[in-house]
Amino acid sequence: MWEQIEKNRRRSTFIVLAMGVLLVGIGTVLGWSLTGQPQGAFFGGVIAFVVWLVMWLFAQSQGDDVMLHMAGAREIQKRDHPQLFNIVEEMMIAGQLPRMPRVFIIDDAAPNAFAVGRRQDKAAVAVTIGLLRILNRDELQGVVAHEIGHIKNRDVALMTTAGIMLGAIVLLAEFGTRAMWFGGGRRSRDSNGGGGAQLILMLVSLALIILAPILAQLIYFALSRRREYLADASGAMYTRWPEGLASALEKLGKTAVPQRDQSRVTAPMYINRPLRQGERRSFSSAFSTHPPLDKRISVLRGMGGRVDFGSYDQAYASVTGGHVVGARTRSASQQLAAAAPPPPAAGLAEPRERLRAASDAFLAGAGYQRLTCQNCQAVLKIPSGRRQPVSQCPRCGAPL
Amino acid sequence: MTGVVIGFIVLLALLVIVGIYFVGIYNGLVRKRNEKDNAWSQIDVQLKRRHDLIPNLVETVKGYAKHESGTLEAVIKARNQAVSAQGPAAAGQAEGILGAALGKLFALAEAYPDLKANQNFMMLQEELSSTENKIGFSRQAYNDAATRYNNAREVFPANLISGGFQKADLFEIQVAAEREVPNVKF
Repeated sequence: MWEQIEKNRRRSTFIVLAMGVLLVGIGTVLGWSLTGQPQGAFFGGVIAFVVWLVMWLFAQSQGDDVMLHMAGAREIQKRDHPQLFNIVEEMMIAGQLPRMPRVFIIDDAAPNAFAVGRRQDKAAVAVTIGLLRILNRDELQGVVAHEIGHIKNRDVALMTTAGIMLGAIVLLAEFGTRAMWFGGGRRSRDSNGGGGAQLILMLVSLALIILAPILAQLIYFALSRRREYLADASGAMYTRWPEGLASALEKLGKTAVPQRDQSRVTAPMYINRPLRQGERRSFSSAFSTHPPLDKRISVLRGMGGRVDFGSYDQAYASVTGGHVVGARTRSASQQLAAAAPPPPAAGLAEPRERLRAASDAFLAGAGYQRLTCQNCQAVLKIPSGRRQPVSQCPRCGAPL
Repeated sequence: MTGVVIGFIVLLALLVIVGIYFVGIYNGLVRKRNEKDNAWSQIDVQLKRRHDLIPNLVETVKGYAKHESGTLEAVIKARNQAVSAQGPAAAGQAEGILGAALGKLFALAEAYPDLKANQNFMMLQEELSSTENKIGFSRQAYNDAATRYNNAREVFPANLISGGFQKADLFEIQVAAEREVPNVKF
């Protein structure tokens, strides 16, 4: 856990620096090619840096709210949706956040969720109406746990900073393209000497302007993919019920509802990549912001009834080969798992199972007949007074 | 002469270093104990919440299922015992009995469709099961904190100075009783 947070921090520093270098690089080349003088390069760099600084300061104070606003989220209170609120509170306890995150709902039929929070005591979780509609309690808990995992692993803080960098680079590149069209062209015509050097400079800056946003976006995506696995691991650990998150992801994968929020900056923050209008979900695409859902699901299902980081890493290794959790975290989680009493097996399903066992006992007492479908394993409980025989499974349609 | 002085200074410096080292260990123990106590108070909040919800639940069920007075009384009795239980070990046992009694009550509710459809009952059921989850999660957090604390006070050299630090009990709900499927007779 700590190692992971530490690693996240180091990696974020590196990535933010890399993006910063890219940003100042664009500014320098742009300044040089627009003015044709070395001093221009200096000014360009400074201006790029100032643009970034302003955006960063803005994001530090308003970033969370801007993200939430972009996604069209509105805050709710406990009375608006007691169950969602309870689930968030449960996961806050499980993840040991210092304070209850704010809860937001997004009016969108596409099932999705994301979290923001530069600081752990000022976090927020947002889910769409579509998500609430299709998931049951255990699945919703899995999704919320995943989001709390993002907050806990400081992913959202980093994503916000990286998102701003990306925004600044895109902004500068766009400005550069326009300046090239209108300003740069005229100046190169005016200058008689050194036209060749200027032309090369122009070409370089043109290439940079085109490549930088793509490069920055790739860095941004690389950031987010690995983090999804780690947040899944945290989610499994918090709920102690990996199946909840796995079946939620399965449902998310089957949906074909396009999402309204299509911003490049918010997209990597969602638990599942937002679908575009008319797009079908492909299960594995290389340039996606998110790892393929089927892999995430099979890792979660391969944990073999255990819920610590070590088991997640083993399952991950057997699905993809390689590790996703750091070595120190793995051994620490094994130590704690060995020292602590074993968690009640299938902890959260327990009350429901108990209820089902009890109602089965009632039904058996009332003379109900039990029939198990050979195809889908559905259990039918048929009242003794029923006249027509049941010949078809109502769930899968197979003959009985 | 200077040799003696230097030797004395080195000895003094060593003593100071060892002293600082033990102060660090002591402070670490205090921090872990506070974390453990804090985690326990989280459980306490949830246990209290569960105790507060139960009278409401009993009142609601009474209106629909008058014949189940035995089960209702068992719930109330278990609740009162849980309220008066002190410390993790005793509380764990009492909460286990309470959990089992509640399980029986919810199983009985299956036989009363009107009760099951009652808005108030549904809300209480969600609240109680959520509280149960919260107890479970804060129990895990507490047990982790208690294990870390216990380990820290037992290892060498901390065990030389940890005499004033009591070993922490883990919080165990009696799962065996809770797991038992309610015995239903017709």
